Amino acid sequence: MDWKMATSRPMEYCPVHEVAVEIGGMPILVRTDDAEFRALLERRYAGFLGASANNPPALDVDIIRPDRQICEEEELEVWSEGGLWRLERGDFQAEWDPEAGRGRLAQDFSPYAIDCVLRIVHSLIQARAGGFLLHSASAIRNGKAFLFSGVSGAGKTTIASVIPKDAVLLTDEISYVRRDGEGFRACGTPFAGELARLGENACAPITRLFFLAKGPENRIDPIETPDALRMLLRNILFFADDPELVKMVFRSACDFLARVPAFRLTFYPDSRVWDLIQ
Amino acid sequence: MAETYIAKSTAIAARMLGGEMMIMSAVDSTFFTLNEVATVIWQAADGHTPLSKIVERNICEEFEIEPDVAQRDAEEFVNELSQHGILKVSDHPIADSRTGAQ
Repeated sequence: MDWKMATSRPMEYCPVHEVAVEIGGMPILVRTDDAEFRALLERRYAGFLGASANNPPALDVDIIRPDRQICEEEELEVWSEGGLWRLERGDFQAEWDPEAGRGRLAQDFSPYAIDCVLRIVHSLIQARAGGFLLHSASAIRNGKAFLFSGVSGAGKTTIASVIPKDAVLLTDEISYVRRDGEGFRACGTPFAGELARLGENACAPITRLFFLAKGPENRIDPIETPDALRMLLRNILFFADDPELVKMVFRSACDFLARVPAFRLTFYPDSRVWDLIQ
Repeated sequence: MAETYIAKSTAIAARMLGGEMMIMSAVDSTFFTLNEVATVIWQAADGHTPLSKIVERNICEEFEIEPDVAQRDAEEFVNELSQHGILKVSDHPIADSRTGAQ
């Protein structure tokens, strides 16, 4: 693919404003020359600001004027080329160097492009670290994290919307799964779904993975491991374009299911389903 | 009759999980779960042992299956996996049979 960034700024250019957005304990320094965009970032990612590590990965953002076209492709495209990941959609173009932990992004003035790019960059970072981002709601209850995975319409927003007061919602859309020694932890994300509610910036060991299905009653059924792996892989955010990445994600998914039991959670859409989740 | 040699592709990821062998193509993300007999063939696919020998030694004896039936089933299995790039197949020993599995 013939690739030309919509920004003329070189990789070495260092913008004047910076905001560290830390998700899953992984900070990414978002840098920009645009003071208004900086303010937008601080509002959008409130609760996820600050860096717990020195020299974190950095993403330089160039805000493109509304009268300039950024990219002809409306649909999201992600591919790797010469060691770089390239991403584009109608409202942004980006490239990410996973070795250097540096990237450039040209986008319009909105939170949607940066949100999408951060999801992808985090999924690339976690693929190398043995974790992944998963299409699932997640919550902490009694110090234990639970994942509720499923495709659109399976019930992620519904189960998140009836969460009891003694549980902490990590996300209703994209769960952040990190490798932690021999186990896995779920971390809150600001990536909201239909609930339009940011998750709490909290983290806990994952003790159950549920695949959601709506039904007339609440029940939990075991799932055969091959079926669980198939469903898990279907819901992990990753890009089949890169064979090495596919292998890493497969290994992470297998490791996860070797440590975290998976079940099918059929539920009637009201708060009583949480009686089963302790 | 020419012998058939099989080797695992390097463009795959594989893992024994819950007692079952699961394989994913790193090229097109196709996902396979192997049954017990297919797993034995997969594990024996070293590029050097003829398929007929694998069937005779690892399938017929261990699973008490008739040789003709076992050979036919093994060839079907090998054909299917080779079509997805999971197995490399040749009528000569396959020199580089390193695997990306595990």
